[in-house]
Amino acid sequence: MPNFLPLLITGLMNGAIYALVALGFVLIYKATDVINFAQGELLLVGVYVTFALVAETGFPLRPWPWPLAIAAALAVAVGLGVLIERLVLRPLIGEPIISVIMVTIGLSQLLRAIVAAFFGTSQRAFPPIFPSHVIELFGTRITADRLWALGIAGLLLLLLSLFFRFSTTGIAMRAAADDQQAALSMGISIKRVFAIAWSIAAVVATIGGLLVANNNGGINTSLGNIGLLVFPVVILGGLDSIPGAIIGGIIIGMIESFSAGYLNVKLGLEGLESVLPYVLLIIILMIRPYGLFGREIIERV
Amino acid sequence: MQSGVFHTTYGKDMALQQSSWQKWRLGLVLAALLIFPFVADNSQLYLANTIAIAAIGAIGLNILVGFTGQISLGQGAFLGVGAYASALFTGRLFELFGGTGGTPFLVSILLAALFTALVGTLFGLPSLRLKGLYLAIATLAAQQIIIWIITHTPKLTGGESFSLRPTLLFGLNMNQNGDFRFYWLLIPIAILVTLAATNLFRTRVGRSFVAVRDRDIAAEVMGINLFRTKLLAFAVSSFFVGLAGALLAHYRLVISPDRFEIGTSISFLAMIIIGGMGSIAGSIYGAAFITLLPALIESLGRQVSNIYPNIDTMLPYIQQGAFGLVIILFLIFEPEGLAKVWHNIKNYFNLWPFSY
Repeated sequence: MPNFLPLLITGLMNGAIYALVALGFVLIYKATDVINFAQGELLLVGVYVTFALVAETGFPLRPWPWPLAIAAALAVAVGLGVLIERLVLRPLIGEPIISVIMVTIGLSQLLRAIVAAFFGTSQRAFPPIFPSHVIELFGTRITADRLWALGIAGLLLLLLSLFFRFSTTGIAMRAAADDQQAALSMGISIKRVFAIAWSIAAVVATIGGLLVANNNGGINTSLGNIGLLVFPVVILGGLDSIPGAIIGGIIIGMIESFSAGYLNVKLGLEGLESVLPYVLLIIILMIRPYGLFGREIIERV
Repeated sequence: MQSGVFHTTYGKDMALQQSSWQKWRLGLVLAALLIFPFVADNSQLYLANTIAIAAIGAIGLNILVGFTGQISLGQGAFLGVGAYASALFTGRLFELFGGTGGTPFLVSILLAALFTALVGTLFGLPSLRLKGLYLAIATLAAQQIIIWIITHTPKLTGGESFSLRPTLLFGLNMNQNGDFRFYWLLIPIAILVTLAATNLFRTRVGRSFVAVRDRDIAAEVMGINLFRTKLLAFAVSSFFVGLAGALLAHYRLVISPDRFEIGTSISFLAMIIIGGMGSIAGSIYGAAFITLLPALIESLGRQVSNIYPNIDTMLPYIQQGAFGLVIILFLIFEPEGLAKVWHNIKNYFNLWPFSY
């Protein structure tokens, strides 16, 4: 098996990034029952804000140092999350599911248009965040920035898992997701929970996007398409399961990486890795629609 | 003076056109449609033809989403299936086996629509187990898979782009002066589709679609075969969408997979949301609105181009942003769409002076 280790690490790293983006998606779904088709665009906004602060010429006080620029982008993400929840989603509470789906789709078009209006749709060079010297690891050569990305994504996933497990806010969010009325009667502010869910989603999407941008070395507006790849991940893991999002993300990342590395050459089919996650998605939906760790919904009449 | 519309016979109650006003309006619309091609220039005819094709597709989608309650994000791909199928039937399929012939235009668009119905039924199979957002995600996957197949079978679909032969209808080259000639083909087909869809919901099958939408379990208890009804809805809907795709292919003569991506699915969904879910007339309003919106923005942009000289480069983004914004605003302020707006206006005058 040639290339096994590099493919494994690429798969793990991409998977961890998918897991991050999917985590935001799952969080919004769990807490607010909203399917967020704009997850990829939240990522896009975060990445482009950072890009503007660090690299865009003509911006005042340029260039900002990385930590400051990222902190500013995360602040924007928090604000954007709260704003979206308040202005767009709250008027639609109790509306049919197609309305909620469509409103997030409309939002994604709007956000994408705004980003494109400011920065254009062409490829832009993204300055590296991490050092990219080559490291010798178990006999293969890997660039350091991939390990950094893997490490940061992994650390963040761990921190978020701990946050939901132990912190008061995290527990309140789980309670609200479980039963809104019961949570309300225990004194949990549902509005606050919703706002936090959207903010965290936007923040993790931004970080995931920065890791992708760093690896690719460049960005364009099609970066937002990661938002679609979230669906195979969350269906595989279970729509309402946080560990599911993590494991689903890593599995999808591995499938992509290994099918690109092995299957394409063997079967002579180029770009197989871009469609396999969706084939898997349909298979899972037919066999086990609630995914690996999702809660099965029993409908009562 | 009467306030409201009242009927004294069952025949009147079941009529498609319920009042003399509606008959007048229908007459006016038909007259306008007849005169339009003689007064409009080619770009206006092009818009009208695009609206007609979009309306056929939107009616198809509305049958599935608005009337049967099965959310589909895969209409763009089904449009593509219809387009490529018809393109294959009229020529390429025969060339592949060494022949030179092809099925006549009208036969091939019907075959293409039937083929799309078949594909639609296949991808409708998950609807038996899946509802709501799960079905939406499944159709999203169907969209990606179909487009992937189209781009990865270059022998069949030409990969990046596919050029059709000129469309011959009874020996007449339809693509010569195409905007004018196609108008006379597309408008009658759009009218036929509208009529067929309107009447569909006065039949047992159509009513069973609505029953499934309103409460599928209750519908099943009442003796409606859920599996058959849902698949039938997918088939009927895909038939119309495939027809729209086939017409699009023969009208434009060049098709490429990027015309049938997820963005197309989204604009069709936007049409029925803005027009009105579960309303045939709404599908047409929505198709017109979504087709005219970018054209309108472009002409507005041209008018202010001397004040903002670089507006040209911004136009695509303004169009996309306006598209998204319109969807959001309609969903927040008028979720039942333009059909409801029109209904409210009508009711105001109908019920006058008691229109509160």
